[in-house]
Amino acid sequence: MIIVFALFLLTLLVITALAIVRSENLFVSVMLLSIFSLLMAANFFILDAADVALTEAAVGAGVTTVIFLSALALTTEREKQQATAQHVALGSVCILAALIIYATFDKPRLGDPEAPVHQHVAPWYLEMTPEHIDIPNVVTAVLGSYRGYDTLGEVFVVFTACIGVLFILGVRPPEQSAKRTAESGGLRHHLIPQVVGRLLIPFIILFGLYVQFHGEYGPGGGFQAGAIIATGVILYALLEGEGAALAAIPRPVLLGLVVGGALLFGAVGIACMLMGGAFLDYSVLSADPVLGQQLGIIIIEAGVGMAVCGALLSIFHAFAARESQP
Amino acid sequence: MKLLELLGYYNYWVFAITLMIGLYTVISKDNLIKKLIGLSIFQSAVFLMYITMDKVEGGTAPILKAGVEDQIYSNPLPQVLILTAIVVGVSTLALGLAIIVRINECYGTIEEHEILDAD
Repeated sequence: MIIVFALFLLTLLVITALAIVRSENLFVSVMLLSIFSLLMAANFFILDAADVALTEAAVGAGVTTVIFLSALALTTEREKQQATAQHVALGSVCILAALIIYATFDKPRLGDPEAPVHQHVAPWYLEMTPEHIDIPNVVTAVLGSYRGYDTLGEVFVVFTACIGVLFILGVRPPEQSAKRTAESGGLRHHLIPQVVGRLLIPFIILFGLYVQFHGEYGPGGGFQAGAIIATGVILYALLEGEGAALAAIPRPVLLGLVVGGALLFGAVGIACMLMGGAFLDYSVLSADPVLGQQLGIIIIEAGVGMAVCGALLSIFHAFAARESQP
Repeated sequence: MKLLELLGYYNYWVFAITLMIGLYTVISKDNLIKKLIGLSIFQSAVFLMYITMDKVEGGTAPILKAGVEDQIYSNPLPQVLILTAIVVGVSTLALGLAIIVRINECYGTIEEHEILDAD
């Protein structure tokens, strides 16, 4: 039964992707992209990747759509008719698709336990996590501890991208004065979104905090929690206007979250070195190595959550602030 | 080949097709935002391929259950890679959109050939 559902979802995925490309209205494309992400999240869930599904649903269907829409508000919603037909491009991607599909017959079948990807280091992670770290969620264990270097790098990529957006959009628009118009009122005059949104926001934030602090035991962690909390605050900004959201969490606090989160992660690594271990080797943080690992993972997950939440909200406000300029 | 075995490749075919839909959008569309949408589809297709590889038959999500001995778990490693890649993806996407917004302010258009003509 589940395989039929999976086939159905995957087919829908292809249809949605085709509709995104064919649509000439960019607004429609972006809304379809949101549906595409949600379908993708459902597929990830069927493929046993609960953590990834949570991230894709929060980031792909939530934050990405909002950022695309704010970019559309600053540019244009309609794509211009293209003069030339793209036969060469169409032909070459069709040939490439056929070649890739031909190559997939050499790949191991879906779910094959003998596939090379399951032979290398993954069984070791599954086997040693209870002994080394003793938390149920192996994804969090690998993310936070075994491959902590990767995660540190990713957090700094998010940090760098956020700084880049702030620099690019922080300069004043040309030929326009910096005089701000009245703050946009959000959806204050629409009763139903207002009431439903107000009811939802506390629960979204609460769920985000649950995902943050329960990440060691169930699907979750800093990346998901940061995205979910950011979504809740963005919803508040959409309902009450950007000014209200900035009054609740001012820009310096957001920047502090981004910088503080990234620094907290790095500081844990340095603390490990000072206490006689290797960089990001949390075992030395406590007398009991297993407790040390757990402590390290909880702190770095908090850092990741802060950095991701701060970065996504800073990016959102950078786009939104430009919109309210004349 | 049995039908069920062929269905085992269906995920990879969907990966190939969505990947190429994304690539087609990037190379053939003139609108810069449409190009970024294509890039997002391309990226999602790669995520699908990685997550497809993590599945083990009869397995469940890699969250260990105490007291259960013979449970099979899916591979946690591709999940970790993709989990972080999704969040990095949205940040870099925002960077691309920020550049497009600035291009629109300077050139008054986001159609590639019009920008090339203006230069």
